[in-house]
Amino acid sequence: MSAALNDNTAGWEPLIVSFCCNWCSYAGGDLAGTSRMTYPANVKVIRVPCSGRINPMFVLRAFQRGADGVLVAGCHPGDCHYTSGNYQSRRRLSAFKRLVEFAGFEPERFEVRWISSSEGDKFAEEMTEMTEKIKALGPNGKMRDARWQSVI
Amino acid sequence: MPRTGVFICHCGSNIAGTVDIDQALEASRNFPGVVHADEYRYLCSEVGQDIIKKAIEENNLDRVVVGTCSPRMHENTFRKAAAEAGLNPYLLEVANIREHCSWVHKDMEVGTPKAIALLRAAAAKAALNDPLEAPELDVEKRALVIGGGIAGIQAALDIAEAGYIVDLVEKDPSIGGRMAQLEKTFPTLDCSACILTPKMVEAAQHPNINLMTYCEIDEVKGFVGQFDVTIKQKARYVDPVKCTGCGICWEKCPSKAPSEFEMGMTKRKSIYVPFPQAVPMIPVIDRERCLYFKKGRCQICEKECPPQAIDYEQQDEYIERRYGAIVVATGYDQLDPSVYGEYGYGQHPDILTGLEFERLFNASGPTGGKVVRLSDGKPPKKVVFIQCVGSRDKARGMNYCSKICCMFTAKQAILLKEKVPEAKSYVFYIDVRTAGKGYEEFQRRAAEEYDVAYMRGQVGKIFPEDDYLVVRGVDSLSGRNIEIKADMVVLAAASIARHDAPDLGRLIGINSDSYHFFNEAHPKLKPVETHTAGIFIAGACQAPKDIPDSVAQASAAAVKAVGLLSKEKLLGEACTAEVDQSQCSGCLNCEAICPYTAITPVELEERYKDGTLQRTVAEVNPALCQGCGSCTVTCRSGSINLKGFSNEQILAEVDAICLQR
Repeated sequence: MSAALNDNTAGWEPLIVSFCCNWCSYAGGDLAGTSRMTYPANVKVIRVPCSGRINPMFVLRAFQRGADGVLVAGCHPGDCHYTSGNYQSRRRLSAFKRLVEFAGFEPERFEVRWISSSEGDKFAEEMTEMTEKIKALGPNGKMRDARWQSVI
Repeated sequence: MPRTGVFICHCGSNIAGTVDIDQALEASRNFPGVVHADEYRYLCSEVGQDIIKKAIEENNLDRVVVGTCSPRMHENTFRKAAAEAGLNPYLLEVANIREHCSWVHKDMEVGTPKAIALLRAAAAKAALNDPLEAPELDVEKRALVIGGGIAGIQAALDIAEAGYIVDLVEKDPSIGGRMAQLEKTFPTLDCSACILTPKMVEAAQHPNINLMTYCEIDEVKGFVGQFDVTIKQKARYVDPVKCTGCGICWEKCPSKAPSEFEMGMTKRKSIYVPFPQAVPMIPVIDRERCLYFKKGRCQICEKECPPQAIDYEQQDEYIERRYGAIVVATGYDQLDPSVYGEYGYGQHPDILTGLEFERLFNASGPTGGKVVRLSDGKPPKKVVFIQCVGSRDKARGMNYCSKICCMFTAKQAILLKEKVPEAKSYVFYIDVRTAGKGYEEFQRRAAEEYDVAYMRGQVGKIFPEDDYLVVRGVDSLSGRNIEIKADMVVLAAASIARHDAPDLGRLIGINSDSYHFFNEAHPKLKPVETHTAGIFIAGACQAPKDIPDSVAQASAAAVKAVGLLSKEKLLGEACTAEVDQSQCSGCLNCEAICPYTAITPVELEERYKDGTLQRTVAEVNPALCQGCGSCTVTCRSGSINLKGFSNEQILAEVDAICLQR
């Protein structure tokens, strides 16, 4: 919480919020840990029951609060624990991504990935890749609501 | 303001090695609502749990946050501890600072702030946690087994032996499945019928097994412990109570049709049992072929039937039953090799699949047990077996190995030599795979004692010439082109998922892999469970499998089903969706999206001006809801929320994580 807020200064580290479904991707994250893989600590995971639970509002809130990237991860199509949740999220979130882009926000800051519970390596790779990508993009300057920090 | 207690686990050095526990404790004390913070070396131990319990009582805590391993690991352990201290278990939150933090980061400078962020998020969420109650669900003490092959029979017998009623549903007129079509079984060369028939009879006679042949699953609703299943009993046009199975009807029946059991290699009557050992020994009338149904006359079976069991007026019946558990054992199909034009399958009667060739050995098969060419009835001198027809073929077939073909080919080559001693077998293979007890020895015997020539290579073309089939291939080990003038060709066609597996999977709500084989819940540790609680799988509907594996899996599935049925009550999902009916506009988008049909419209009557107003709103059945939360997102007015993962809770987590900004 400092100069890093405003510009892409040295020492700036991106914050990435990742919403992971409980059954596949969160478990994949657990496997990455059990297998002692590494990925940047910039990623913080929020567990949800299903990727179908993810309301675009959550993503927008993360960006407003200063997250530089948001990664949603769910079960592979066809593998949803709840049968169809990831199909719902796929439709919703791809439309949402287009909307974000339309609104003038970098769509690359928002990604959806399918990571199964056996893909610890993929989990670590995706988190690393996302972090690298956001590092290259620089801080989220467009959607962050600077007033928020002063309110709380 | 909540009174939150934070407890951080060292997990030996697993967490403490990368997270500065003191610093994390210090930070936790400053989270909103936190009134107590403590740490311990192993929180999951009894001592660790006691620390939590004691702190709850002494500090009057109404929320607990534990910073430990993954909630998928120990959430229940800590929830139980909290409950023992009188706290509603759902008031506890887990911050995963091991798998998602200390194990994936190397330095304390990195691990500590992340752990603090995760703890802060958990505390922020916990502050909004509500006490929840998991609904208690009844368990119907009855099991349904779908599929009457060897796996289904075994599962049904095991469940029945454990003392529960089982309905064994089979779509064909008889149970027996694929195994009934086999002559011998590898690697012992047991006669298949001799070991299967007693099991079929045992299943039919078992007081706890209710055999439902010629039945199909029509609808499956409900959930673990209470599946409401509609079963369609297809009309047999034969009264099963009166019928004695004497066989006069099918002897006298004048019309014929290709036999499904013999894969069309011979004919059956229009009133028929699929094979002589059928269980139950009750025929069915093939309505499409029967002269009476087609032309309105004949009725010979009716006239001849001694107990007058023929009933042309019989209708399909729909039977509704409730089950606590379901075992799916629907088996497999064989790939139709005619997609491989070079093998000429379907264009010549002496080019057969492995299963068709198997029937030639059987005394009740199309040739009466004589191994002869279907074209001219002469015994074959040279038989070429081609392996991996459709298996291990990325381009045109299936990527996977069908597992049983190497072994059944070796078996058929041995059987052939025994029936036709002058016959010579040639096997074209990619690899010979014989993992299994006694399997390798068996295949070696075929090669060494039964003079079976194994050639590593593939066949490029098969075409008829004069009296024989010219097989052109390559022996890739010697690099030579090979041409064999064969009398017969046997194609080891891939085992594939049943053609109706996708429909059945959708119907009963279990998912499949990309080949439409049903998916197990975990490839190693949950091989017979599916992702749908209370539904288990066994046999080749999960993947190609031989008989011993199918039987083992069937018994495993039966144990799982029995374990479930033996429970008096099941705990349902506590984190279910909830509608704020005052806000609900009744658009029912949620109803359309719910995969569990847990949402239904209800009519509300409300006072409006001077009169009343009828209003449609959505209502969630908490016993059906599994808590995916998809409805909450589709709700236009935001009037559905998910307990335990509410919008407010998730947003609080987002805020807490972003606070570092």
